Amino acid sequence: MKEKKGRFGEFGGQFIPETLMNAVIELEEAYNKYKGDSEFVAELEDLLNNFAGRPSNLYYAKHMTEKLGGAKIYLKREDLNHTGSHKINNVLGQVLLAKKMGKTRVIAETGAGQHGVATATAAALMGLECEIYMGKHDTDRQALNVYRMELLGAKVHSVTSGTMTLKDAVNETFREWTQRIDDTHYVLGSVMGPHPFPLIVRDFQAVISKEIKEQMMEMEGRLPDAVLACVGGGSNAIGAFYNFIEDKEVRLIGCEAAGRGIDTKDTAATMATGSVGIFHGMKSYFCQDEYGQIAPVYSISAGLDYPGIGPEHAYLRDLGRAEYVPITDDEAVEAFEYLSRTEGIIPAIESAHAISYAMKLAPTMGKDQIIVVNVSGRGDKDVAAIARYKGVEIYE
Amino acid sequence: MNKMTAQDYIEKAFSKGKAFIPFITCGDPDLETTEKLVYAMEEAGADLIELGIPFSDPVAEGLVIQEASERALKGGVTTDSIFGMVRKIREKSAVPLAFMTYANLVYTYGLDRFLSLCKDCGICCVILPDIPYEEKDEMQEKFQEYGVKLISLIAPTSQERISKIAMEAEGFVYCVSSLGVTGTRDQITTDVGAMVARVKKTKDIPCAIGFGISNPETATEMSKVADGVIVGSAIVKMVGDYGRECIEPVSEFVRNIKAAIDKK
Repeated sequence: MKEKKGRFGEFGGQFIPETLMNAVIELEEAYNKYKGDSEFVAELEDLLNNFAGRPSNLYYAKHMTEKLGGAKIYLKREDLNHTGSHKINNVLGQVLLAKKMGKTRVIAETGAGQHGVATATAAALMGLECEIYMGKHDTDRQALNVYRMELLGAKVHSVTSGTMTLKDAVNETFREWTQRIDDTHYVLGSVMGPHPFPLIVRDFQAVISKEIKEQMMEMEGRLPDAVLACVGGGSNAIGAFYNFIEDKEVRLIGCEAAGRGIDTKDTAATMATGSVGIFHGMKSYFCQDEYGQIAPVYSISAGLDYPGIGPEHAYLRDLGRAEYVPITDDEAVEAFEYLSRTEGIIPAIESAHAISYAMKLAPTMGKDQIIVVNVSGRGDKDVAAIARYKGVEIYE
Repeated sequence: MNKMTAQDYIEKAFSKGKAFIPFITCGDPDLETTEKLVYAMEEAGADLIELGIPFSDPVAEGLVIQEASERALKGGVTTDSIFGMVRKIREKSAVPLAFMTYANLVYTYGLDRFLSLCKDCGICCVILPDIPYEEKDEMQEKFQEYGVKLISLIAPTSQERISKIAMEAEGFVYCVSSLGVTGTRDQITTDVGAMVARVKKTKDIPCAIGFGISNPETATEMSKVADGVIVGSAIVKMVGDYGRECIEPVSEFVRNIKAAIDKK
């Protein structure tokens, strides 16, 4: 048997049409060339620091800690990045790489709109043409982000196939890429898809855990006991976990979207309800039926409303290195309101899934223990949707 | 138990001049119609029939086949019911049959279970557009064990990859004529002849061209440089338009294409 390329254990791979094979090979070669190139590294660092506003703060959540009465809670403030989420870390890296590769156009999928906004922003900054694919259900529930992307010069396509959410946006972006490869780079937004995407996106997001580690050592002189992050495809989570994988004493906990509950059909909790399959270029866990038809998943959070999870997460779970817990819509909304009132920080509804688990976990831990929660994005985009969830009829 | 081997079926398919290979989505509008279409297309001159097992997320398909897949799945068709239909077909017909679907359906059904059923009911080839050369190992051994051919695809972007793909190809090579997804096109601009020549230089194996062929003119043109032509979306669109009344128009269409590519 040939050496398996781009695998995390049995997961990952390159399950894509032949038409795209040379494109992903070209991408891998370019990435290998530039990732160690001092000029590229310096350029990216400059963009991250001076454009995106890195490093992001590690904030001690004093009130939350006191109220919950257990472990000390720190919040990694990815919500303070330019464009309001961790997505910018990956996007600046990929768009810079695309530019080095001589591409003049970028395309991307988006769920909540955060990755689309970040991609449109980076494309505007670096002078590339940009088109974004977004499920029609999501363009409806995140209308403001659609306008934001258009304001940044991107063309937004509302995807009406399938369930009209994130997975369909990914389908459509892949279809578009097979149509136009020469001048176009697909800026995949999460640690998913065919190799080398899960690896590239993880490397660009790993800055999150690199900073957490440095900041934690400076503030507490030791590593945290647990790192929590929400997972859809899993990019902010892998970013927050990566530099702690070797530190076995640090618990790594991914919080997935249970929607209306993992015992209902209205869920997007891939780890809790899915099984191993092959889809969107990778072997991983997916929500699917007995025949392998991909399930129409549901979550209040458009960013976590995805039936799969990145292959490295599947690997970390099977190794027992990371844990994955489901958080329902109700719990996430409660955490959304809780963090807003307790700390004056409105988190993205995605990130609220991780906050919710911190609220459960902290009281079970000692006061000498430390939890870091990755606040992957800010919640401005969710305010109207949450209001409607609570029965207040507000429209953007 | 079926007596013909996969290789027998493939030789049969490519033995009567240029092969015409129509594609239909199983269960659109229902499996009874699919079964009737198979007999009618065989009668009209189809040499190998590609049966699509519908997938919820057919990333390589254009709108026409996406919609057909959606209709079929809504109608309740499953991999099991499709195997049931193929068994019925095999009682009456020895037309060469191939499955076209996606890796996840085969993987999740279980490779052994899927392939032993293929072998039992005489499915000679399986086309999985999301299994490129690099991932063939995931399945190839099992395919060989059951004597079913996993078809290799080459695309206009394949370039230097063609030789290594052809080297390990079995059954026939599926030449994707154009960039993008399945669907009808006004013209094919790729030098498909050069692609086929590159395959033949490496291995003496039949080459069939698909993607974008929708009329006798293009089919004739393509048949000049290959051993067979595949037409999907144009037929699937007729099935969508005519529903259960599609047998006649599809037969006529198949007859016309077969006649066109048979002309010297």
